[in-house]
Amino acid sequence: MDAAIRLKVNGALREVSCDPDAPLLAVLRNELDLKAARFGCGHERCGACLVLLDGVPTYSCAFPVSAVREREVVTVEGLGTEAAPHPIQTALLEEQAGQCGYCLSGIQISAAALLAKTTSPSRDEIKAALEPNLCRCGVHLRVIHAVERAAAMLRQGAAA
Amino acid sequence: MIRNTLPQSLVDNPRLDQWIAFEPDRTVTLKTGKVEIGQGILTALRQIAAEELDLQPPQLKLLSGDTELTPAEAFTAGSLSVEIGGGAVRLVCAEVRARMLESAAAKLGTDAAELAVEAGEITRAGTSTGLDYWSLAGTIDLSAQATGSVPTKRPSDFRVVGRSEQRIDLPVKVFGGGFIHDMVLPGMLHARIVHRPWTGAQLSTPDEAVGRLAGPGVEFVRDGDFVAFVSPDETACAAALGRAWLRLEWTGGEPFAPEQSEAEWLLSLPTKDRQIGPDNAPAPDAAFRVEARYSRPYLAHASIGPSCALALFKDGRLDVWSHSQGVGPLGGSIARALGLAPGSVAVHHAQGAGCYGHNGADDVAMDAAIVALRRPGTPIRVLWMREDELSSSPFGAAMVTEIAAGCDADGRVLDWTLRVTSPTHVSRPGAHGEIHLLSAEALATPVPRPEGREFPDERGGGATRNSFALYDLPPQRIIHRLVPRLPIRTSALRGLGTLGNVFAIESAIDEIAERAGRDPVAYRLSIMSDPRARRVIERAAEMAAWNPDDEGGTGSGRGIAFSRYKNHAAYAAVVAEVEVDEEVRVKRLFAAVDAGLVINPDGAINQVEGGAIQAVSWATKEQVRFEDGRVATATWDVYPILRFPEVPEVEVQLVGDPNDPPLGIGEVALGPTAAAIGNAVAHALGVRVRNLPLSRDRVMAAAMEAG
Ligand code: FES
Ligand code: FES
Repeated sequence: MDAAIRLKVNGALREVSCDPDAPLLAVLRNELDLKAARFGCGHERCGACLVLLDGVPTYSCAFPVSAVREREVVTVEGLGTEAAPHPIQTALLEEQAGQCGYCLSGIQISAAALLAKTTSPSRDEIKAALEPNLCRCGVHLRVIHAVERAAAMLRQGAAA
Repeated sequence: MIRNTLPQSLVDNPRLDQWIAFEPDRTVTLKTGKVEIGQGILTALRQIAAEELDLQPPQLKLLSGDTELTPAEAFTAGSLSVEIGGGAVRLVCAEVRARMLESAAAKLGTDAAELAVEAGEITRAGTSTGLDYWSLAGTIDLSAQATGSVPTKRPSDFRVVGRSEQRIDLPVKVFGGGFIHDMVLPGMLHARIVHRPWTGAQLSTPDEAVGRLAGPGVEFVRDGDFVAFVSPDETACAAALGRAWLRLEWTGGEPFAPEQSEAEWLLSLPTKDRQIGPDNAPAPDAAFRVEARYSRPYLAHASIGPSCALALFKDGRLDVWSHSQGVGPLGGSIARALGLAPGSVAVHHAQGAGCYGHNGADDVAMDAAIVALRRPGTPIRVLWMREDELSSSPFGAAMVTEIAAGCDADGRVLDWTLRVTSPTHVSRPGAHGEIHLLSAEALATPVPRPEGREFPDERGGGATRNSFALYDLPPQRIIHRLVPRLPIRTSALRGLGTLGNVFAIESAIDEIAERAGRDPVAYRLSIMSDPRARRVIERAAEMAAWNPDDEGGTGSGRGIAFSRYKNHAAYAAVVAEVEVDEEVRVKRLFAAVDAGLVINPDGAINQVEGGAIQAVSWATKEQVRFEDGRVATATWDVYPILRFPEVPEVEVQLVGDPNDPPLGIGEVALGPTAAAIGNAVAHALGVRVRNLPLSRDRVMAAAMEAG
């Protein structure tokens, strides 16, 4: 049975009517027209669907929408835009860290959560933070460089 | 010199206006049949066009892969897009520029040689003439046939080509869009497909029971052994599919068996044999012989985004949106399979997740088409699930490559035979004149799967790709044993037979060097006279600070391997450094690549890095397995691929001469990387593992055997 569900997404309050057991991913993509979180496996194993729930990277593919409750959902659309990009977005483009790009939404979520905790992550911390994210095209090294670049941008921003 | 022989793409699409259009908004549309599959081709083609037309790259808009709007260029595959698609664009653009200048010269009463172009403006002695491409467009006949005879720019004059350009398709993807998966058509219904668990399986569940599985709000479409669930609610559709996977009952056909997981199973099947090269016999005076059997397993494409397609059947016309590598052949196969007139099917390319060969893109388009025909007027979107992607896409073909070589005491090869046993590597829609669509086999009026046929040698071959070793060897005998009939569906995966053959040849070369007491780098150079090959081998060794005196056998090791992709595309040599305890960990890779003129160096390096990392995953982790009649590796848990913490450092250098023609680069790194890892593992362990993947089990078994 469909139910009315209220969500806080990218800073806005949204209300949808849907199956409360539907995965958050399906609601974001089909009800709210937010296409950045992507379907990859549906089993919490590839990271394509990651979103932030109160700042914590969360697989939206298997997360029932009714369980979100009061938590704040942030998707890549909420991280930044072409006009006002998040440092990780700028850095991914500057490093040309992408081939097909399908993995990049989830990667941004993992990276943004890491950068919110520390702006001087070690190589190993970056790799560990990106462990949930699969990339088949093999842009891993560029992504790692992009996270380092974004960290440097944030450090400079803080120093300025 | 870059020769102006007519590329096939231009022979097939000779009119200038098939390639180019001047738009009222002062942009230029470049039309291409080649499609973006994550490799950056649109960016490279835009650079080529901007170069020859003297435009800024942003003045060009790309239109790609549409059966009605763009040139028909068959497939985007085989690392041929820059060589052939790019070659056509270069000639067309040079010709259009020359025609524009002639027209301007006539208007200005001057000589075309006096004129130049800057960002589309016609200039004389550095000042504007007031004329530009757009004001002149009406004066030249773009419906004329390209002659291909206008000289193209010399590399020394290049401004845009050879300069790293940012990928044009990346920003939209970084900001969360850009994929076929995101397309929404008004009134669209979602569908999920039940694919047969094994070849020829028959669905014994009656319709009423299938209907009960569908659940509320979900309808089902059944045609023979093909079942689709259709609903406006994607979640309900997926839930129905989940129930169907558990409950539907299948009989007959050819259930998969565990032994089929191993490449060596192929040796028990009937083959069609042929010989390439002369007869030979073991040299009677050989000081030693190296005779060994190597193999690679079935591999999954394992794209991160499952295949997706949309279809709409309306007023007798079928429109399909697809991330296929070949929109034209796909449309033709769908029309034939569904009994539609060829002209009534249009296929429009939309971007999918990374594509490394013939994956599920074509099959999901057929799935959408079948459902669309049953729901005229309603757009249908089909998304495959992870399980479909890992078990219903065609697999990269397993291969067994056996090498027998007799050598003198210094390791000079006296006789050389290579025998490769493999199913086909090419069963794309339209290949060999066949339909080749998965669900066409399941319909009540089925299109049966034809016998496997192999890709012709003159186009690089399939199982025989890179089976001829480029070293200075005596006449090589190659025996190709095609396995034409088997229940496993195989088709093109990045590099086709290259992975198996280069792994085998480069392993055997190391085995010979070892028996002769020679250093692997020095030995390779002693039997290689192609200067471009020597250069990449030398450079890779230099980059890795190769030490000939490193004895190995200590749990860490290094290895080198070389190949020239298809023996006529780019050259690559790779050095791998590994650590082996129970598992193989690849620490660093050094790759030297000669691709001649490189259009977009950063894009090319990205391709080589990515290919090298993918090859690490193939070589150390991946194998499709079968159990209980089904594909047993249908999720990431059981088909793991390389993750971030396991990725090695990769250093790439491009060492080609820009005066040499551009050579395809997308597949160049895979074979040599896998082979270099194999050689490094042998160096680390003192014992060789000859079957891919170099998994924990295989490494442990080899170490035990060596004691
Ligand atoms: S789609 Fe959620 S982890 Fe793969
Ligand atoms: S760029 Fe294609 S999956 Fe990461």
